[in-house]
Amino acid sequence: MIRKLLVVLEQRDSRIKKTSFEVCSIAAKFAAKNKVEVVAIAIGDEITNLSAVSDYGISSIIHVKHAGLALYSSSAYKKIILNYINKNAIDYILLTNTAFGRDIAPRIAARLRFGLLSDCISLEITPTGFKAARPIYSGKAIQEIETIGNKGIATIRANVFPAAIQSVSANIMVQKPELIDLSNRTVEIIKSDGKIDVSEADIIISGGRGMKGPENFHLIEDVAAILGGALGASRAAVDAGWRSHSEQIGQTGKTVSPSLYIACGISGSVQHLAGMSTSKYIVAINKDKDAPIFSVADYGITGDLFEILPVLTDEIKKLNNRF
Amino acid sequence: MNIAVCVNHVPDTASKIKLDSSNTSIDYTGVSWILNPFDEFAIEEALRFKDNSSGTVVYILSAGKDEAKETIRRALSMGADEGILIKNDLALDSLSISELLAMQIKELNCEVVFCGKQSVDYDNTSIGLMIAEIIDYNAISDCVTLSIEGSTVKAEREIEGGREIIETSLPLVVTAQKGLNVPRYASLKGIIAAKKKNIKEVTLTSSTSTVKYNSLSIPNAKNPGRVLGSDSGAVRELVRLLREEAKVL
Ligand SMILES: Cc1cc2nc3c(=O)[nH]c(=O)nc-3n(C[C@H](O)[C@H](O)[C@H](O)COP(=O)(O)OP(=O)(O)OC[C@H]3O[C@@H](n4cnc5c(N)ncnc54)[C@H](O)[C@@H]3O)c2cc1C
Ligand SMILES: Nc1ncnc2c1ncn2[C@@H]1O[C@H](COP(=O)(O)O)[C@@H](O)[C@H]1O
Repeated sequence: MIRKLLVVLEQRDSRIKKTSFEVCSIAAKFAAKNKVEVVAIAIGDEITNLSAVSDYGISSIIHVKHAGLALYSSSAYKKIILNYINKNAIDYILLTNTAFGRDIAPRIAARLRFGLLSDCISLEITPTGFKAARPIYSGKAIQEIETIGNKGIATIRANVFPAAIQSVSANIMVQKPELIDLSNRTVEIIKSDGKIDVSEADIIISGGRGMKGPENFHLIEDVAAILGGALGASRAAVDAGWRSHSEQIGQTGKTVSPSLYIACGISGSVQHLAGMSTSKYIVAINKDKDAPIFSVADYGITGDLFEILPVLTDEIKKLNNRF
Repeated sequence: MNIAVCVNHVPDTASKIKLDSSNTSIDYTGVSWILNPFDEFAIEEALRFKDNSSGTVVYILSAGKDEAKETIRRALSMGADEGILIKNDLALDSLSISELLAMQIKELNCEVVFCGKQSVDYDNTSIGLMIAEIIDYNAISDCVTLSIEGSTVKAEREIEGGREIIETSLPLVVTAQKGLNVPRYASLKGIIAAKKKNIKEVTLTSSTSTVKYNSLSIPNAKNPGRVLGSDSGAVRELVRLLREEAKVL
């Protein structure tokens, strides 16, 4: 019997998020290699870019549409997803390890008794479920893990798997929800002022205690602005009140995996590394050549960030002008 | 009202991690153990409740080995009322641990449950939400502000790029994110009182696991990167490498 995989898409502001396309790509690969049937489900009101899901290899798309579902409601979304899974005998479920995926996946896993593998950085499908690798102990070890009992649900770390374009035809089925249980619901989203969030950024430039004070962060903001990147911070910078907690990277902040991570005046404590060591390229600017950050950095400059950062801004500007 | 706080006894994040010979567990020799940092926020939030309403009893629950009593005692010294150890020597999966905790929460008739958002050992970020489903409570994860009036709950949870404002009602499970509060220190009086408190032990059984832990590995240490220089003279080379070698600019 053909096995079925459900991708649960995440929408915000009426758009499917980029991280969901990464999940679509993984699912499309499984469909080709393991002969599983893949369906993606999106819950929300209008969704403007839903057909883009088919650019990542998935043609069956279900849109459960209702004005009351524009914002996330754990109670309503959960029941809609459970209902779909039960009716369609789904074997595998995939989502992103974002605030949304982290909230909904354990609920579904507990209701259905599906084994849950969270924050996966590699994933395989097996006849009995999922097999994955995931970082544990703040990234100091990698756990090989699998589900038992034929069914599985997994959440994927953002930015680790590529969202590969593979266009197929889109078949979007719009459905009305059978029931909308709003007993636990989001009534409003307060956005942090227009900046790119570290957990969604492809380039991050972070500052730590070495920045000396909040007034110096413009040096980092300048680099972030010309790179189209996000600004991050170490806990030392957050605890000192220089930056907000939403920018903190590390164990008690956010886990990120951008293509480029530039750490300025950050020593590289294990708790900081826990949040960023899976970044593809790491640059360290630190005047202490023995700082642990250099052990994970691909490129380093062992000097004074106050001298280096303005030059970095200039050099990138020059580069942008040339190309 | 009865409140439960679930706490986990975990290796200190500053500990060096080595594997044991079977490669299925870490070598615990020399590892120091702590109260899971996120659980401090959970305990604090429960204690604030107790401070503001008489008749609140705060129970501390932990599923684990005898050693977990240290962590329970730490929570008691902050001001919690009673500690319960659910004896468990096995490395259970999240759903099984959630079942054990859920049984005890039912037994104690707790209307509000606080957990941390994540254990810093296996980083599963699931137990609080799983408990909520097992006992059919509402749940708010990654919570950074919470207000409960009567049975009406208003809360904020952290999401990428902002916060969600959530409305729901009791009974409730909350998983605490940093920022929810500033945890208090245990007072000397609290520490002495906690030493005298009896920690109850219970034995419960959960259903079969849904997840199997196969092996552990230590991620390959990266090759030491290149130090390009010690001043801004190295910046041009850095930018060149980022564009031509790393292809990230
Ligand atoms: C339970 C727990 C959770 C934690 N969670 C986190 C977390 O989520 N995120 C996090 O970041 N930390 C976390 N920490 C804290 C962590 O242990 C470190 O204290 C923290 O990361 C240090 O921040 P820092 O690197 O900015 O500061 P420091 O360690 O003080 O490093 C500052 C660096 O700046 C360099 N420097 C100074 N001046 C200059 C200059 N002019 N030019 C260039 N370099 C300069 C110095 O050489 C030094 O290496 C946690 C700790 C615990 C116990
Ligand atoms: N063995 C345990 N005993 C009691 N509570 C636990 C245990 N493991 C995890 N928790 C709680 O569940 C939260 C999330 O853990 P986890 O889902 O394992 O990341 C923790 O912050 C604790 O509040």
